[in-house]
Amino acid sequence: MFARGLKRKCVGHEEDVEGALAGLKTVSSYSLQRQSLLDMSLVKLQLCHMLVEPNLCRSVLIANTVRQIQEEMTQDGTWRAVAPQAAERAPLDHLVSTEILCRAAWGQEGAHPAPGLGDGHTQGPVSDLCPVTSAQAPRHLQSSAWEMDGPRENRGSFHKSLDQIFETLETKNPSCMEELFSDVDSPYYDLDTVLTGMMGGARPGPCEGLEGLAPATPGPSSSCKSDLGELDHVVEILVET
Amino acid sequence: MRPHPGGFRYHRESHRVSSYYKVCQPLRSPQACAKSRDLCPAASAEGRGGQEGTGWWPLADAPDPSGSLLPPAQGCGASGSGELAIAVALLSTRERRVLTATPSRLAVPLPADIISTVEFNHTGELLATGDKGGRVVIFQREPESKNAPHSQGEYDVYSTFQSHEPEFDYLKSLEIEEKINKIKWLPQQNAAHSLLSTNDKTIKLWKITERDKRPEGYNLKDEEGKLKDLSTVTSLQVPVLKPMDLMVEVSPRRIFANGHTYHINSISVNSDCETYMSADDLRINLWHLAITDRSFNIVDIKPANMEDLTEVITASEFHPHHCNLFVYSSSKGSLRLCDMRAAALCDKHSKLFEEPEDPSNRSFFSEIISSVSDVKFSHSGRYMLTRDYLTVKVWDLNMEARPIETYQVHDYLRSKLCSLYENDCIFDKFECAWNGSDSVIMTGAYNNFFRMFDRNTKRDVTLEASRESSKPRAVLKPRRVCVGGKRRRDDISVDSLDFTKKILHTAWHPAENIIAIAATNNLYIFQDKVNSDMH
Repeated sequence: MFARGLKRKCVGHEEDVEGALAGLKTVSSYSLQRQSLLDMSLVKLQLCHMLVEPNLCRSVLIANTVRQIQEEMTQDGTWRAVAPQAAERAPLDHLVSTEILCRAAWGQEGAHPAPGLGDGHTQGPVSDLCPVTSAQAPRHLQSSAWEMDGPRENRGSFHKSLDQIFETLETKNPSCMEELFSDVDSPYYDLDTVLTGMMGGARPGPCEGLEGLAPATPGPSSSCKSDLGELDHVVEILVET
Repeated sequence: MRPHPGGFRYHRESHRVSSYYKVCQPLRSPQACAKSRDLCPAASAEGRGGQEGTGWWPLADAPDPSGSLLPPAQGCGASGSGELAIAVALLSTRERRVLTATPSRLAVPLPADIISTVEFNHTGELLATGDKGGRVVIFQREPESKNAPHSQGEYDVYSTFQSHEPEFDYLKSLEIEEKINKIKWLPQQNAAHSLLSTNDKTIKLWKITERDKRPEGYNLKDEEGKLKDLSTVTSLQVPVLKPMDLMVEVSPRRIFANGHTYHINSISVNSDCETYMSADDLRINLWHLAITDRSFNIVDIKPANMEDLTEVITASEFHPHHCNLFVYSSSKGSLRLCDMRAAALCDKHSKLFEEPEDPSNRSFFSEIISSVSDVKFSHSGRYMLTRDYLTVKVWDLNMEARPIETYQVHDYLRSKLCSLYENDCIFDKFECAWNGSDSVIMTGAYNNFFRMFDRNTKRDVTLEASRESSKPRAVLKPRRVCVGGKRRRDDISVDSLDFTKKILHTAWHPAENIIAIAATNNLYIFQDKVNSDMH
């Protein structure tokens, strides 16, 4: 039942290519997967069962995973600004075997960071149902966000997002919502594309929600604005719990 | 064949030794069930014996167990050839309740019927199960009777009661689930039985008593309880106790509330039989069984700044003999043994058990799969058993550096961790259990499989708790999961495992080879009859 998304052809494909290109592609596949894992984790953190208090153990484990990815990306230097516009569209139909992620850290392989990383995150959670069709729009948003903020600030705000999530888990302060929005940074809205699909879908159970992910609508600015309203709604419920 | 104590044996002639296996006694019809008739869930079911899916089987139709010839053992610890010959007594009270509604088998169990905890009492006579709907069902083992020599020790429903109700926390605008997280029996001190049951926030002490006599012959009241007309009373009589149908009465004696901010994940009764502890994600409290308005906080790992939170408590247990020692496990895979004599707040552990990470196996999911989901002391008190996502480990209390034994439960999932993370299965909390002699350990897995590891022979076996493979008197057939490569006839491939069918809760009788397996909303009780027959 979880087998969807485990397409292996990309790995086999890459093994045929020789030279630095092979290394590069493997690296970027790894980065793609890592990015999708990051996105998946952020989605998991954000979407809780609204009525019942979220499981603290699960949240902590997911948050630790996110921090781990974050640290690794910072070490690679891939957390910095990327060149998004020129970057190629992600090979959306090449969902890589998740074994890459489950293997040892690729740092041991001695590969170097790949340039076209900005396109990676648009894949969202690993799913064979709906490769995000309008990769352009969200990519713009996210990469531009990462361009505007320095890596350190970004990490700080990102870190803050995580912390805010934890705070909402334990406090009942109604002004949390204002706090949340007062310094909310772009990283929060980076999840627009995913959340858009989520809003349309059924209740956000782990599998079901991800399956219900609809392709993101085209048009960055308009979708962002309409999604903001929905995001507000989601976060409002979240912080009030 | 001579049995060897504490182990399981394979009988090649299992297809002929049906006399060794007790015929699976059908659950009694509601009319025959003398106990707690109004509480017995069977009472609400129609008397549909013999139909598959209702959990009732007529005595005569014991199916041909010829399917019990087992394939020769190969691979995975040379265990395949039925090291465990286990006869089956299938109890499925929960499904029966569900199936009463429609004649066909429901594909999806009612969420409220999902069993969330299973626990034998100290003698093994009683077996308690808690479910997601806040109910507790207690089974009692029938004593051997001369009338039915084949029905030795089957478990029947003894009592059912609603332990916890759903609540609403108005401050946080959150529902508090009524799901029973844990049940722990108190050692029996008089005729009554007592148990603690807990949901996320509140622990309750229940007292279970039997009433099988009733006074009759009152002077002032008649049989229905109405006051008599005094003029009709001509002589006095002494009320006499007359036997009545057995009634099991359950009453809540204590309610331990408001002790926890976070969700309670475990409770453990101390060997002093006076105190117990309850653990939530960040704190552990010590309670006295008689005092409900006070508890002592003995462990607190909440950081001053919640932003720094990286580790939570996942399970805890008191030492079976030393009333000052307890252990708690964390989401980072460490165990901390604490001594309550050292300080009032046991934040400093006496011993820290942690296995260094294997750098070759490191991935983003390393931490998640190292999170300990259950910890159990051995009956001897010398060892601890822990379960993390892929393994069970046995630790010696005297050695903190690493476990003395590690058993792979389902290592074939290691390459699937990302998908399991996506569908949240990686957060499943499996329990583990020791047998009475601490020689065999057991834990559950997916696809309704459960695994047993013999510590002495180093053999292991995978069995399935499913309706199809659990006919009465049938020997459970060992299963095998193949990971590509050669595939034998009855093997299951990793990709066809059903991850919605998980066995999280298992329990082992404290003395005998009887196990209780909770598979979603079904309870399976398996007995190893061979050994018990030999005595």
